[in-house]
Amino acid sequence: MRYHPHTPEEIREMLAAVGVDSLDDLFRSVPEPLRLARPLAVRPPLDEIALFSEMRRLSARNEVAHPPFIGAGAYPHHVPPVVDQLLLRGEFFTAYTPYQPEVSQGTLQALFEWQTLVCLLTGLEVANASMYDGASATAEAALMAVRLTGRRKVVVSAALHPHYRRVLGTYLASTHDEVVTVPWNAEGRTDQPALERAVDGATAAVVLGYPNFFGVVDRVDEAARLAREKGALSVAVTTEAVALGLLRGPGELGADVATGTFQSFGNPLNFGGPAPGFFAAREAHVRQMPGRLCGATLDKLGRRGFVLTLSTREQHIRREKATSNICTNAGLCALAATIHLALLGRRGLHDLARLNHARGRTLREAMRRAGFKLLFGGPTFNEMAFDVGDAEAVVARLAARGLAAGVALGRFYPDDPRMKAGLLCAATELHTPELIAMLAEAVREARARP
Amino acid sequence: MTNPTGFRPNMEQAAGAAAPSAEVGAGGATRGLVYEEPLLFERGSQGSRTGVSLPPPEADPGELPAELVRGEIKELPALGELEVVRHFTRLSAWNYGIDTGFYPLGSCTMKYNPKSSEALARLPGFAQAHPLLPEALAQGSLELMYELERALSEISGFAATTLVPAAGAQGELTGVMMIRAFHVAHGNPRRKVLVPDTSHGTNPATCAQNGYQVVQLPSGADGRLHPETVRDAMDEDVAAIMITNPNTLGIFESHIAEIAALVHAKGGLVYGDGANLNALLGVARPGDMGFDVMQFNLHKTFATPHGGGGPGSGPVAVGEKLVPFLPLPLVVREEERYRLVEEERERPQTIGRLREFHGNFGMFVRALALIREYGPAGLRATGQLAVLNANYLRARLKDVYHLPYATDSLHEVVFTDKGLKPTGATTMDVAKRLIDHGFHPPTVYFPLVVQGALMIEPTETESKETLDQFVLGMRAVAEQAKSDPEGLKAAPVKPVRARLDETRAARRPILRWRPGMKVE
Repeated sequence: MRYHPHTPEEIREMLAAVGVDSLDDLFRSVPEPLRLARPLAVRPPLDEIALFSEMRRLSARNEVAHPPFIGAGAYPHHVPPVVDQLLLRGEFFTAYTPYQPEVSQGTLQALFEWQTLVCLLTGLEVANASMYDGASATAEAALMAVRLTGRRKVVVSAALHPHYRRVLGTYLASTHDEVVTVPWNAEGRTDQPALERAVDGATAAVVLGYPNFFGVVDRVDEAARLAREKGALSVAVTTEAVALGLLRGPGELGADVATGTFQSFGNPLNFGGPAPGFFAAREAHVRQMPGRLCGATLDKLGRRGFVLTLSTREQHIRREKATSNICTNAGLCALAATIHLALLGRRGLHDLARLNHARGRTLREAMRRAGFKLLFGGPTFNEMAFDVGDAEAVVARLAARGLAAGVALGRFYPDDPRMKAGLLCAATELHTPELIAMLAEAVREARARP
Repeated sequence: MTNPTGFRPNMEQAAGAAAPSAEVGAGGATRGLVYEEPLLFERGSQGSRTGVSLPPPEADPGELPAELVRGEIKELPALGELEVVRHFTRLSAWNYGIDTGFYPLGSCTMKYNPKSSEALARLPGFAQAHPLLPEALAQGSLELMYELERALSEISGFAATTLVPAAGAQGELTGVMMIRAFHVAHGNPRRKVLVPDTSHGTNPATCAQNGYQVVQLPSGADGRLHPETVRDAMDEDVAAIMITNPNTLGIFESHIAEIAALVHAKGGLVYGDGANLNALLGVARPGDMGFDVMQFNLHKTFATPHGGGGPGSGPVAVGEKLVPFLPLPLVVREEERYRLVEEERERPQTIGRLREFHGNFGMFVRALALIREYGPAGLRATGQLAVLNANYLRARLKDVYHLPYATDSLHEVVFTDKGLKPTGATTMDVAKRLIDHGFHPPTVYFPLVVQGALMIEPTETESKETLDQFVLGMRAVAEQAKSDPEGLKAAPVKPVRARLDETRAARRPILRWRPGMKVE
């Protein structure tokens, strides 16, 4: 076994030093009836060659020949090879949480850079060192708003990612806080009059997507204004962070908290995880934020360095009085995003965002020519819903051809007959105009010849 | 131009780098070329350089309402590819990882992270699979998840496992939510959870996040939780007890079966914190000891990389009575096809969703790769050698460091700084001086029940040779505490930074760069 370096002689010497006769004797504190008397019933061992062959067999059962036209919370983007090469440096990769700052300055400075990047893109004042994912970050934002306002009602747009809403529901069920859902309008934006009716003096937070689940750029400014009037916090959720290269940061629009995922920067799809959740807020709320924070300080010789700070909010110090139980987060994924954003820089981010927006437009035009109208009228970035009749059937027919055409909105809104027709599609820099034309044609064929 | 990091060339002398005790020969740490490196934002941020290569947009995107659109974000850096590569390469050299040297951080199970696993997780079929692919196009991912679920359930001795939780702490949250749902289904959620004083901080934090009141239980003089203690605290308002086994002292909770029976008799459930599962692999199974639910930490036991603080993965295994409450989604096999169960209507008692998608799939690939490479005998050897390594260090160090509990250790051992008291040296000084010797310090000042704790977990992937070097280093530090306590206080002198002022960081927090940033 290549990862067990012990020779039989060494094992004997070590057992002698310990003063026992056998490896089994090391476990005499485990009562005999509690020990496993048989080998584990897992499959027999594989050598490296056989292991690769088995894992290749499994990976080949996934169809990834072309980039999927699916967004809905995870976006296919190009990851420059630089990101992975740097990420795989063992000093980053095999370190743990930087509890010993003198030997963790690399991780810490990179986290400080990540926090700064999140602030710059969201237009907010402080950001933490990352969260598990966008959905749990959003749930934590609602819990923070509950702590800060002392209120128990969270108002959520129905156009927020349905999975995020369900996660919010799971987290808030255990604390008995109330979730109120507000519908969308014909533009695919959160319905403003309904929002005004829902937000009142008992509301802790207003949560909406930016862009939202339909790819529509929702009215964060209006929601933020309304929340502020009623003494609630506004939370803007971004799942396609490339949009923040073109759209104003939610903080600039008045949002108090921005959450979501930076998966789009430097992180492959990975069948949905891991990816770096982010959490940004206003400085005034920093002591109620969940998760780790990296801060600048000096060493005893007066040189600048970085440490984890404000840890009196955290579970390892405060135990049951902590702001959250989060411990491990998504540090390496945050590093990947940081490296990708460093490569992009000011100009590259703007270019990438414009390119994605242009690909969205190309997709819309191609689908229009193929005979498909948009389901919603609001402005979009790189993702949008089309009316294709029976979307589930179209997805299934194209899947049979090995094509991942998008997602059928009906599966997320089973109780809403209007959504049965909706096919949600995304286009990024990976979807060339030729590929987009191919998709539009394939959807047309699937619709025409069931 | 002054260096923005505050570095001055004559600093080594000021730091007293010529310490009287030689460190080379233990961990072998010396100095390589280490660079002062400013923040990304402090590097050439003028101009229009970029490190990416993109096609020009083929359509005019300019149709968003003007009030929604921002221009370039002027504070972002403007660097070419090589500048970025050097920046992060230099930062990496300031870090210490398992690949650098021995990392005996107790309770964190810092074992070697196989390179094979990295190559496998990057197979395009895995890395480029979208989580919402039609099931017909994602059979490989689903089969892998199914296989991992089965393997983890067998290894832990439980009926079923959810792979969803992102890390151990979210696994705990999931577990306690299921416990609550179980009690609600039986008519009363109950109000209290019992937690021993040796527990991880995440345990009480998790209970509080679920609205449970935490009742802390004292451990006995032998470091174990005793049935009498549980009996006295146990009533029908207690929803559960949370136990780490072996506990954070590295000691097996030998009374676990009796404790579980006491809790079950009053209708409570037993939660197992699986952070220390490495000790028991192939030797004993929590599901056979009376536990009803337990979280795994794949980044500990199954060698997925810790990544400087994540990503982790915290699957949760449950016995039969909690199966209906498992979160969504779940993978099921139907003849030769695999399918995700995503909807409440199929699982009406589920606690719901905890993640935007199906869990940290990238970690599943790595964990399954390790399980497949090890097989039954390799898994058992893992547990045995982890325990052998910890006991070997215990035997070689107990004459120089105070051992607070004489009870048998499993995978980790806790020492204290009590014996160093006359010299004025503390656990923190020992930790910092070990760095100069080329070792990552053990976990310090945890568990909280031990004053000045030094918690050492070597893991099974370390050779006797490495352990012997570490023993030399630990002994040299204990020796230096007597002969040169001031030298210990000055440590570390070799890393890129000396001890950092954490009080300053917390008093006036600087949590992001801004133009003209100064730390004073």
